[in-house]
Amino acid sequence: MVPLSWYIILSAVMFSIGVFGFLSRRNIIIMFLCLELMLNSVNISLVAFSHYLQSMRGQILVFFVITVAAAEAAIGLAILIAFYKNNPTVKVDEINLLKG
Amino acid sequence: MTIQQIFFGYFAVMMTALSVLVVAGKNPVHSVLTMLVLFVHMAGLYLFLNAEFLAAVQIIVYAGAIMVLYLFVIMLLNLRKEETEATFHKQWPLGAAAGVIFMIFLVVTLAKITVIPQPGPYSIEAIRSEGSIMTIGKVLYTEYLLPFEIASVILLVAIIGAVVLAKKKVV
Repeated sequence: MVPLSWYIILSAVMFSIGVFGFLSRRNIIIMFLCLELMLNSVNISLVAFSHYLQSMRGQILVFFVITVAAAEAAIGLAILIAFYKNNPTVKVDEINLLKG
Repeated sequence: MTIQQIFFGYFAVMMTALSVLVVAGKNPVHSVLTMLVLFVHMAGLYLFLNAEFLAAVQIIVYAGAIMVLYLFVIMLLNLRKEETEATFHKQWPLGAAAGVIFMIFLVVTLAKITVIPQPGPYSIEAIRSEGSIMTIGKVLYTEYLLPFEIASVILLVAIIGAVVLAKKKVV
């Protein structure tokens, strides 16, 4: 039997890798990918809790997380394409139109 | 060390390594493809936790739909010259420090977590006798009906928003 804390630690490690990538990468597409990574690591811990507590709530919550992730990816990438038409770069440190 | 722990070890090592590769990859296409492999491993872990339907959803929705959307966007943008430039910010050590501190904090606080073993209504035998999909469906369409409807509205907003944002300006 695998202890619950192993799943939680795996989830925490993946979440921290996502945080690091989100804070350090310049490419905005990779930053979106890091967001997906963080959402997925939370899903792991939710499913693990659901299994160990013999409850269905965790799995239902994972559905809603997947829904929100899909909506976020669609909107975020649409914003990126709309921005790229005006200013062809995907580097976040070159996106400074509001800097004045 | 049981066979389950060996399987979990394989999944854990592979998933950590793949997430590092996603974060560190220079080419965005490689990162997205690595993410696909990561999602397949995650579906394997869900099977391990008796969540068969979620494993299928993970493959179909995440790997099949969301990652293909990312690939399309990468192909729409012309990123050929970006690969030669620096991958990380100038401030990347701060990001690394934040990530490491966050990881230490989480691991120290969560490593000793245990749940009080309370036999809930959805034990493995109960789910197996009724089927995973039927169990999830019964809970989703009774207890969580309102959140389900709200999720459908969120998806509708996302569809309309994506079309409005990406369409050509008609000025």
